[in-house]
Formats: sequence, C-alpha cells, structure tokens
Amino acid sequence: METFLHQVIAGLATGGIYASVALALVMIYQATHHVNFAQGEIAMFSTYIAWSLIQAGMPYWVAFFLTIVIAFVLGVLVERIIVRPVEQAPVLSVVVVFIGLLVIFNSLAGWIYTYTIKTFPSPFPEKPPFGTHLVSSHEIGAVGVTLVVLALLYSFFRFTPLGLAMRAAAQNPESSRLVGIRVGWMLALGWGLASAIGAIAGMMVAPIVFLDPNMMSGILLYAFAAALVGGIDNPGGAVLGGFIVGVLENVLGAYVIGNDLKLSVALVLIIGVLVIRPSGLFGRVHVTRV
Amino acid sequence: MTTEIALSAAPAARPARSRLAGLAVLFIVVCALPFLVSSYTTFQLTLVIVYSIVLLGLNILTGYNGQISLGHGAFYAIGAYVAAILMDKYGVPYWATIPVSGALCLVVGFLFGLPALRLEGLYLALATFALGVSMPQLIKYKGIDTWTGGVQGITILKPDPPFGLPLNQDQWLFYFCLAVAAVMFWLGWNLLRGRVGRALIAIRDQPIAAEAMGVNNAMYKSLAFGVSAMFTGVAGALGAIAVQFVAPDSFSIFLSISFLVGVVIGGIASISGAIWGALFIQFVPNIADQISKAAPWAIYGVFLIGFMYVMPVGVAGAIRIFWARMKRKAGSSPQRSG
Amino acid sequence: MAALLQVAGLHAAYGLTRVLHGIDFALEEGSITALLGANGAGKTTTLRALCSMVKVEGEVHFDGARIDGRATEDIVRLGIAHVPDGRGTFTHLTTEENLRLGAYVRRDKSSIAQDFERIYGYFPRLKERRHQQAGTLSGGEQQMLAVSRALMLRPKLLLLDEPSFGLAPLIVREIFAIMREINKTEKVSILLVEQNAAMALDLADHAYLIETGRVVLSGTSEDIKKDEAVRRSYLGY
Ligand SMILES: Nc1ncnc2c1ncn2[C@@H]1O[C@H](COP(=O)(O)OP(=O)(O)O)[C@@H](O)[C@H]1O
Ligand SMILES: [Mg+2]
Repeated sequence: METFLHQVIAGLATGGIYASVALALVMIYQATHHVNFAQGEIAMFSTYIAWSLIQAGMPYWVAFFLTIVIAFVLGVLVERIIVRPVEQAPVLSVVVVFIGLLVIFNSLAGWIYTYTIKTFPSPFPEKPPFGTHLVSSHEIGAVGVTLVVLALLYSFFRFTPLGLAMRAAAQNPESSRLVGIRVGWMLALGWGLASAIGAIAGMMVAPIVFLDPNMMSGILLYAFAAALVGGIDNPGGAVLGGFIVGVLENVLGAYVIGNDLKLSVALVLIIGVLVIRPSGLFGRVHVTRV
Repeated sequence: MTTEIALSAAPAARPARSRLAGLAVLFIVVCALPFLVSSYTTFQLTLVIVYSIVLLGLNILTGYNGQISLGHGAFYAIGAYVAAILMDKYGVPYWATIPVSGALCLVVGFLFGLPALRLEGLYLALATFALGVSMPQLIKYKGIDTWTGGVQGITILKPDPPFGLPLNQDQWLFYFCLAVAAVMFWLGWNLLRGRVGRALIAIRDQPIAAEAMGVNNAMYKSLAFGVSAMFTGVAGALGAIAVQFVAPDSFSIFLSISFLVGVVIGGIASISGAIWGALFIQFVPNIADQISKAAPWAIYGVFLIGFMYVMPVGVAGAIRIFWARMKRKAGSSPQRSG
Repeated sequence: MAALLQVAGLHAAYGLTRVLHGIDFALEEGSITALLGANGAGKTTTLRALCSMVKVEGEVHFDGARIDGRATEDIVRLGIAHVPDGRGTFTHLTTEENLRLGAYVRRDKSSIAQDFERIYGYFPRLKERRHQQAGTLSGGEQQMLAVSRALMLRPKLLLLDEPSFGLAPLIVREIFAIMREINKTEKVSILLVEQNAAMALDLADHAYLIETGRVVLSGTSEDIKKDEAVRRSYLGY
C-alpha cells in the first residue's frame, strides 16, 4: 500500500511537469491554433541558460527569474522573426517550421553544452518533508510551482486588460483590430508566455531527469497527450490532464507492465480515451458545420 | 471556326507531347545513373527511390485525404522486419517478401485506421505520433525477440543480380527498387487521378458534403490508411534489403518525422512531390553535415525553415505556380506565340 | 468648413477583384450621413476601406489628418469606431468583457466605469445579460452589444454597417432612436450603411447612393427622398 501511494505521489510529481508543458502548449494553441512541437526544446534550452547562470555564480532564485525573462524574450523573438513569415502558410508547412525549430534548438544545445548529462540544482531542501519517504521535497515543490503558475496565469487571463485582449485576439482577430488590439503582438506575447512557462517546467524537471539536450522529448509527448486528454482549449483541463497522465504512467510502469512498455501502454490508453471522447475530458465539444 | 479549334488544340497537345518526351529522357538518365556514379552514390539513390515510395504512400493519406500521420515509420518498420524475418528465419527469397510486407501493412494500416476515424487533426497527430514512438519499444519487447533479434536486430544478405546480368549488387538493387517503384507509382497514379482520388480529396475538403453525395467517408478513410501503409510497407521491405540490416533504433520517431517533412517539402497532394521530398530527406542531412560537423541538425533545421519560407506549398507546388505564371505570360501575348 | 471625414478617389480590391472605383464623399462634423445602395454595391467595402481592412488607393482625411494606409489599430486610436458587418461579437466572452474591449485603447480608465452605466442606461437589457456569454445573446441584443462596444471607445465617428440587418422592426426602431439621441447629446458623428433606405433617410442628414463601386447620387436626405429613380428602386413607392 505504501509503495502504491508512493507511485501515485511520484506520478503526481512528474504529472506536474507534464502539466506545465501542457499548459504551455495550450497557451500557444489558444493564441494561434497551432501545437508548437518545439515547445519542449525551447524549455530545454532555457534550462541550459539557467544552468549557465548558476554556474556563473548567480543565486538560484535570481537565475530562476532571470531565465524566465530570457525565455519570454526568446519566445517573443522566435514568433516575430521565424514564425511570423509563415503565419498564412498551410498548417503542415507550419508544422515543418516547428520541426525545424525543434532540431535547431536541440542541435545548438548539444553543440554549446555537449551531450553529456549535467546535474541541475533543486531550490527545495534535500530532506524529505514531514519525515515521510513517500515523496521528496523537490517533487512537492515542483507540484506547488505548477499550481502557482496556473493560478497566476488564470488571474492574468481573467482579470487583466492584456489577458482579455489576448483571449479576444485568439478568438476573433478582425474584431480585435477594430477595438485597437495589436493582434500580431498578442501572438508574440502568447509565445513569450508559453516559453516562460516551458522554462519553469524545464527547471523543475531537470533536477529529476538530469539536464541533457534530449531531456524534454519524452516529456513533450506526455504533455501533448495531457493537453489533448484535458482538452486542448482548456488550461485547467490541461493541468488536470498532466496529473492524470503522470499517475497513469507511473502506476502502470510499476504494477502492470514494467518500464519497457509503459510508454506504449500509457499512450494506447490515452488514445483509447480520445477515441471515446474526441475533444478530451474537459474540452469544448466542437460542432461540425457544413 | 476551324482555325479556332486548331489554335486551342495545339497548345494542349504540345505540353502533353513534350511532357512525354521529358519523361522518356528522364527515364533514360535515371537508368544510366548507376553506371555514371560510385557504388555508394548508387546505394544512396536506391534509398531515394525507396523513400519516394513511402512519401507517395504518406501523401495519399496526408496530402490527398487530409489525415496527418506522424508515425509512418512504424509501418516502414513492419515492412522491413517482415522482409528480414522471412529471409533470415524462413529462407524466403528477397523479391517474394515484398508483396507479403505490403499485404500485411495493408491490413495493419486498415485496422489502425478504424479507431483513427474518430480522431482528427491534432488528435490523430498524437495517435500516430504514439504509434511511431511505441514501435521501437514494441520491437525490442522480450516476448518476440526470437524473431526480431531484440536490440541487436537482424542482418541479411545483399541479393545478387539474377540471370548472370553484368551488374554489381548495388546496381542490381537500384534497378530492382526502380522497377518496384515504377509499379507503385503506376498504382498510385491510377488510384489518385480517378474516382478514388476525387473522393479522397472531397473527404479532405468537404467531409459533410462528400458524405451527403454518397461517399462512404469511413470506408475511404480507413482504406486510405491501409493503402498508405501498404506503400510504406513495400518501401520498408526494399529498405531492409538495401541496407541489409534491421534494428529497432533505425525506426525511431525521427524517421516518421522525416517522412512527414519529405511530404510537405516535396509538395502536398502531388505525385511528383514524393520524388522531391525523397531527394531532400536523403541528401539534405548530408549537405548539412558537410556545412557544420558541430551542429549539423541546426543547419538541417535552417534548411527546413528556409524551404518553407521560399516554397510554403513545397517544391511541386512551387513548380506548379511557376508554370502557371509562365503560361499566363504566354497567354497574354497570343499574337506573338501563335 | 472642413469636413470631419473627407474621402477622395477611393479604390479597393479583394485580390484581383476590383470593388470600389473611385469613391468621393464627405461627412460634416456632428452629422449623420448615410451610404445607400443595393446588396453588393460596395458599401461594406467602403467602411472596411476607411479602417484599412482592405487594400486601398485614394485619400482619406479624418479630423485634419491623412489616415489611408495606417494600420486598423491606429485608426481606432484616432476615434473611429466600427460596428462591422455581422456585428463582430466576441462570442466566447461575456457581454461585459465585450464592452470592456471596446474601451481597450482608452487612457482615461477612471471614466470607463461611468460609461458602463451610460451604456446600460441606453440598453438595460445588456445590463441584465452582462455576465452571460455574448454568443448566447439574441440577434437584437448582439446588435445592441456591437453598437455599445463601439460607443465604449467614446468615438468621434461611428461607422455602422447595416444595424438593421436581420432584426425585427421594433428593435430596429429602438436602435435607430438611440443612434439619433447619441448623435444629438454626445455629438458623435455617424456614417450609416443601410440597404433599408427608407429608415436610413429618416435618420440621416445627408446621403450618398453607391452603385457598383461608384457614387451615383448625393445630397440632403430630403432631396434624395424626392429623387424619382431612388424612389422607385430603393424606397419602393
Ligand atoms: N472577401 C471578399 N472577397 C472577394 N470579393 C468580395 C469580398 N467581400 C465582398 N466582395 C465583393 O465585393 C463587392 C462589394 O461587396 P460589399 O462591399 O460587401 O457590398 P455591400 O456591403 O454593398 O453589400 C461584391 O460584389 C462582393 O461580391
Ligand atoms: Mg454589406
């Protein structure tokens, strides 16, 4: 029982990471109706930046927030410079551009930082909390950070004029221009926010999986699955989806099939859910029109 | 009246004839290639032929029918393993493995296509992506490693040319793959230009209208999956024979993504696009590697993005636009051209 | 006296399809001016051209400044509010959020709360529905919302594209009455596009008749009403 509990809690912890990346995917999806396959690599790259800053002697939290700012700027620049020219191109062409971005970031990270894995510090105490061994402080901390990010994001979209403008721009660009919203910048802002969230996810996952250029590839897939299970147009659903996928993956891996096939089985289950509920558990049901 | 007909018939007949002539010249050049280039280049060109079959198959699904697949590497892997196992364990001659691979992938693809019917766009992308990611894991699975050889994979022998033909093995493989490709392209051409092709496109663009007009969307969509997988399986078998080796990690998700890249770069919903795309995915990584040994994939990524800037509808699309423009120019000065 | 809006030689096209072939008109400050014409004449395109929502040639002067070629978002900031064809409702947002977006570019945040009350005074029904998703409002309510969203800008000029379209006559009369009041009390100039010529001519001071992308007739509403051809083809008596 204790180990089962441990698996569930460990699943929630990794689920928190999937949730953050899923959240980043949902952000860009809401703003642009594209799924950014390069999201994970941008997160990985940002984490390397944090690592450099910490190596240079910067205190953890200073590096943490500075990295978030850098990632935000990076996201905005990528949208303005690279994605902008293909805004009107067919969806698949945009997908190819995202794949291009993915390999560029991956390759650059390998080139600059080499492919040898690096340890990444955790800001949370090493001692497990409450004297229990069910879960590490870092895991609890990571979940906490995810929830804080979600709350901040929710407040931003719900209560600030800029958040409202971003929602409006995503939904109806033409009307948005007519009330004076600079729609192009709202997209860039969406990319910036998504990159910032991705950077947070990267810095939270790196102490667990270690830092290497490929650290996000599996995570991106789970996050993608989480976003779809939760409903790609629903940030809260995406976070819940992240936790569901995390627990599912861990428990399946521990009890049912072993680690070799857990990825495959988890994915099959997720697809099973989607076949039954094609818009995800909490997604808006889309009505098809002639 | 008669002159008008003559005038309007002439320009239509001329491109058709010049196109045929062009094709004939191209065919001769392609056939001469193995004698003009090194063995290694011949081998690379053989892979281009193999990939072009995959891309044609994937284009049937993604380009013509609008169903995205990020997992076609899985069908390629199935085709490759079926060929390798049949040759290695059962002594089946290499040429006989190809229809078996194709048939099996047809069935597997069709079956995968049934649940995939419920999924669209991103959801289908995820499902196929999952298929692509899972395939290497499944191949490594302990329960079946007496057949698959586990992580080590299977090594197979390169076939000799038959009937004492004066060719080396690479040259023979090239012609063999070219012949199979010719059959597959002929099949694809016949499939896509007729009723089936129109139905596939109608389902992609106007699914509800297509259904209302009596097209069985579900049937066609699953069938598109099956046929697409069949093309890919045939190519997988050829690929295994050409490379003489199969192992789980040769069929990573990266392969699947390369295929999708090839389809888009070559040109969506275009038969000739398959060849452009195959050239791209075979040679551009090498070019990137020559430009920068340190970060070749960064260069590759730059190529990808650059191609999409310059030709957002792919090479075949760009060529089509170019010809249309030329024709409009020619058409605007009929006196001089007549 | 210089007009608030002065349009000269306005051309517009969608891709290769030319739609406007040199439109000229002027709108006096404080007036209500109507653009009349049959379906497809180019009225909507004219309004879109004023806001740089289509590619244009020609000159547009507003409030002394040349505005053609400027970005839509910047033209809004000069005080031109556009109630577009089809109303442009943000259907997934609430009524209140739609109104708040109308005031998005305003700097005087403190007086926005006041404007909510002013708008709710004109359209009490919107107040009842303020937390409701705008997409669930009735057609009439959405039209009121569209007009209100535009008014939240505190515009100098209001562009209205067929506010009567698809609405019951009673609601149309209500909206038109409020337009008149807004024009009188708040000094908002209005450029009204209508197919319903009779109603538009009752409201407007001046009118221009557009046919296939050209102005074919202009004058005071009284004069236009008397025109034989207009009476037969547009007023139907
Ligand atoms: N987006 C568009 N693309 C191409 N043609 C258009 C478009 N919108 C309108 N048109 C054409 O422009 C002409 C004028 O349309 P519009 O300005 O909407 O007329 P009105 O508002 O007077 O009914 C019509 O012939 C219409 O078919
Ligand atoms: Mg109109």
